This record gives sequence, structure tokens and C-alpha cells, in this order.
Amino acid sequence: MDGKAKAMHQKALGEYRLKLYFIGPTLLVLIIMNIFPLIWSLGLSFTNYSSLTSKQISFVGFANYSRILRDPFIWKYFQTTARFVIVAVGIEFLLGFGLALLLKEQFKGWGLVTTLILVPMMLSPVVVGLFWTFIMDANFGVLNFLISLFGLKKVLWLTNPHIALYSVALVDIWMWTPFVMLISLTGLLAIPKSLYEAADIDMASWWFKFRKITLPLVSPLLVLAVLFRVIDAFKMFDLVFIMTGGGPGDVTETVSMSLYRLAFNKFKTGESCAMAYIILILIIALSNLLIRWINRTKAA
Amino acid sequence: MAEVLLENVVKNFGKIKALRGIHIEVKDGEFLVLLGPTGAGKTTTLRIVSGLEEPDEGNVYIDGVLMNGVAPRDRNCAFVFQNYILYPHMTVYDNLAFPLRSRMWRVEEGEIRKRIERVSSILKIQHLLKRRPDRLSGGEQQRVALGRAMVRNPRVFLMDEPLSNLDAKLREEMRVELKSLQKNLHATFFFVTHDHVEAMTLGDRVVVLNQGLVMQVGSPEEVYARPHNLFVARFIGAPEINLLEGEMDAGFVRCRSLRVSWKIEDFPFLRGISKIPEKVFLGVRPEDILLGVGSERGEVYLIEDLGVDKVVRLRAGEVLLRVRISQEAPVRVGESVSYDLRREKVIFFDPMTERILT
Repeated sequence: MDGKAKAMHQKALGEYRLKLYFIGPTLLVLIIMNIFPLIWSLGLSFTNYSSLTSKQISFVGFANYSRILRDPFIWKYFQTTARFVIVAVGIEFLLGFGLALLLKEQFKGWGLVTTLILVPMMLSPVVVGLFWTFIMDANFGVLNFLISLFGLKKVLWLTNPHIALYSVALVDIWMWTPFVMLISLTGLLAIPKSLYEAADIDMASWWFKFRKITLPLVSPLLVLAVLFRVIDAFKMFDLVFIMTGGGPGDVTETVSMSLYRLAFNKFKTGESCAMAYIILILIIALSNLLIRWINRTKAA
Repeated sequence: MAEVLLENVVKNFGKIKALRGIHIEVKDGEFLVLLGPTGAGKTTTLRIVSGLEEPDEGNVYIDGVLMNGVAPRDRNCAFVFQNYILYPHMTVYDNLAFPLRSRMWRVEEGEIRKRIERVSSILKIQHLLKRRPDRLSGGEQQRVALGRAMVRNPRVFLMDEPLSNLDAKLREEMRVELKSLQKNLHATFFFVTHDHVEAMTLGDRVVVLNQGLVMQVGSPEEVYARPHNLFVARFIGAPEINLLEGEMDAGFVRCRSLRVSWKIEDFPFLRGISKIPEKVFLGVRPEDILLGVGSERGEVYLIEDLGVDKVVRLRAGEVLLRVRISQEAPVRVGESVSYDLRREKVIFFDPMTERILT
């Protein structure tokens, strides 16, 4: 190796080292906080370990998984979660996209209105859960007061088993519709105005333009927004935990809530790890389906 | 087909005065070219005819019907945009079918297919129908944009510099195609360009626009031979017209910079003018200066070879004259040659008003 090549080699090595210095800390944090727990919990999911008792840990194979999959309550919780996801994300999508269509056109005070609409999204879910608990309180809540102004009867927002899940969904909608709106709006504003002008010249009606230009061009972002919301709503924990604690009875018991109970009330750590993995696999499957659907609409 | 009339149209964008009261008439079946430099208001004019923009003042008529406040979709104008603006997510076929599917009374799919086949064979784009716009070259996109205008029968074709994004060879081809297309369709074309060659070759009539005002309307020949003002004289023609200052002096026109005097009677255009101002501008086209004849002399300073002919920069007196000569003419740089003006072609302008003397 002559001197020049050696110098080049050293320089390349130096650059490589520099890259390591930059990436290293992030990698370290990721390994400690994410990757290690992921692998560790996978191991635990095959044991009877409980973080409360110090009894001998023994390998139990797929016993945890089979117990969870045979538990009729778990399937009920999955149903509850699914109902929550469909209602909340469905309405968030309709409202969010509708708002985005309205906000697509500039008007006086556009900036202020848009910012105000985005506020709920920026709040902490715990804070949101807390003040909505007050708003929805059956006796001194503002919501029932407003309803009474119209001469309607009190509604037991969080204690009526037929209503409680939808009350939580309502709060989720209040909080996350702005998110769907924001992403839809980004997509809508990215469509060049000139396309609409060309369509005007081509004598297209509003509806025709919406169907043939707006929808196809904004749909990848719409699907993305829905994907985010479905994954997030599937994991719903904070609002339920604060507002109903899974009650009344177990009507608002989502899978995350039930997972929490299993891990930190019953301290069946091994079993809870298995359940976490089942949820993880379901979410990955669900998002893969959605991503595949995006790619298919793109290809078409 | 239809005629278009713009009546004292004014359009402002904030403080910018785009159009300052223009009056333009496009006759039925005519190829009218709107010519002007950047910022003259050409595109704004087309957008006002199409309805994409509303005039601040003045009226727009199509076929004698007042169009102010009528939506673009109710005007039935075709618009070929400068950058084509095809629908990026649709195939060429769907792009062409768009204006036929968009209407309330939808055209039958079989009929759509027939019309697209006809148009795409005229424009030679049959092999592109299944492609998306991003897989097309500029020339192909341009033809698709043209096709989208042709599939329906619009009353007017509005074209905003449709050839400006093409290379020189393709532009020339498309010029011929456009002209024959317009003849075959007997269509009314309102065509915008900043390229005076395009304007001269395509237009039945040319409207020269500058800073939101109509400078001159006329046939290409008229606009070239008798420009109404200095702006038109300078803007049309390449190489540019020679402008020389002249003074009237006891029956003579004296050109100080050339150190030459001519008899007033020698200029046919001047003879008919009753009141000649003291000072004038002489406009002489490069081809109206002859080399090797006459008594004045100049020195060849530079020769630009354009292939078909040559442009000579002739140092005469204190100025450099642009002279167009034939390819075969034997001139060399540094040589001293005699020259003369074709006096019957010289145009005179009033330096105060910048208008032509008539």
C-alpha cells in the first residue's frame, strides 16, 4: 500500500469512526430502552415469572399464550377495543377530512381558526381525561347543564354501561380529529391549484373535481392518517384509565387496560408479556394490511 | 366556432396594473396572436377570456354574449397551458377523456373512445394512450394537452405559449401542425407568445401588447413594415431595427451620427407628411441597408453567420449598423465597404410621442 492509498484508508476509517460517535448514543439508548426489553419480555412470556413473588421461575412453553387465547374475557375486550376503534377513528376521519376541506380555502382569520382547532391535539391525554371527567360528571358537569338548558334529562355519561364506551370515544374524537384534519389539510394543500383550473376549463363540476382530482391525490395521506389513528386507538389506555378505569363493570375494558391489570394488579408478569406479544402481532398485521392497501391504491 | 371581444378590460393584481384598458377582437375562425414581452399581460388576457380571472373593469363577449361573471365551465373555451397541466394520476387516455366525462350530460364511453382515437391519430399519440404524463417528453405532453383541448368542440382555443418548452426543431414542427390544425378545424385560435417569429408565422393578425396596453393590431406584414411606435419596431424583428437620430435641415435629413445628409424628397414616406418635426428617428430594418452600392462608406466590424444569411455590424460614423446580407456576399472583417439605405423602406418616428410619422 503506497502512502496515498494509506492516507485515504485512514481518512475513510476516520469518517467511519465519526459516524459511530454520532449514532452511538442513540443506538445505546435504543438498545437499553427498546430492544433489550423487547427480547427480555419475549423470554418472560414463556415463563411463569411474577414480579411480586420471588418463587422459582420455570419455563412453561406456550402455556401463557394458550391460556390467554382461550380466555373468553380477552375476546370480549378485543371486541370492546374494536368497537372503540371503529367508532372513534371513523368519526375522526369524517370530521377531520371535512374540516380540512373547509379550511382548504383561505379566509380572514384562517391562521387563528386553524391554530385553535389544533389545540386539543397538543394537550396531555391525562389532562384531557381529567377535565372531561369533570365535564361529563353526572351531577355537576357542564355537559349535563347544557343539556338541561334544552329540557333534556341527565345523562350518566361515564356510569351508564350503554354509553360509557362512546363517551370515552367522544373524548378521543375531540382530541384527535385535529390530527386527521392536519394531515388531510397538508395533503389537500399539496394539490396544485392549476389542476383545478385545468378541470374548470374542462367543464368539471365540483363533485367531479372532488372525485377525480381531490380524492385520488389526497388518499395516500388519508390512509396514513387513518393508519396512525387505528394503531393509536387500538392501544387506548390513558383516557380509559383516567375516565372510567375500565368500568362500569368491564364495558370500557380495552385490551391495553386489561394488559395493565394483568401486569400491575395481578402481577402475572409472564402471562402479561405473552398478551403484549399477541397485541403486538395483531397491530403489526393490521398495519401491514393497511400499508398493502395504500400501495395497491398507489399502483392502480 | 366563435368570436371573442374584449372591451376596455382593466385588471389589477394589488398594485400591479396587469391590463390597463385593452380592446381586442378575435374574429370567427381567425388565428390571432397576442405578442409581447414578459409581464405585458398576455396570460392575464387569456385567463380573463377563459373565465379563470374576472376583469376589474370592462366587458368580455363570446359570440356577442356578455361573459362577465360566467364560470369557466359554462364558457366552453379550451385552454392549453404553458406547462400543460395534465392530470398526473391519470393515463393519457383518461386525461383526454376527462373533458368528455366531466359534463352533466356525459358522453357515452364508446363515443369517447372514437373521439380519442380520432384526435390521437391526428396528433400521433396513439402509442402513448396507456402511459402516465410523467413518462412523456415535453413534446408529447404538449400534444396531449392539445388533444385534451381538441376532443370536445370548444368555441375558442386559448393557447398560452404552448411551444415555449419545446426544443427548436420540435417547435418548428408543431408550428406547422398547429397552423394546419387551425385551418382544418376552421377554429378560432387565440394564441399567446413572446416569440415574434412564432407570431409572424402563425398569426392571421397580430396584437402587440406591452405593459397592459395594446400597441398595435395588424397583419404580420403590417406590424413588421409599419410599426406604429418605437416599442413595436424594436420588439419585432431580429436582428433589431436600426434606429438613427435625424434632424430636418433646409430640405435635408441630416444624420449626425452617420455624418450623412439625404434629401427629404428621397424618402417617399416623408413626402406625404405635412408637418415634420425638427427631430425624428429613422427606423431602418437590417435588410434595408445595402452593401457595395452608394457613396457612403463604413468599416465591417463583426460578422455573425446565421447559416441562411449573415448579419454584419458596420461601423459607420459613430454608430454600429446592423446589416443583413446574403450568405454569398464577400465581406471580411476590417474591410471598408460602401453602403446605402433603401430609402423607400425607411420609417420615421416622432421622438416626443415615439409614434410613427404618418
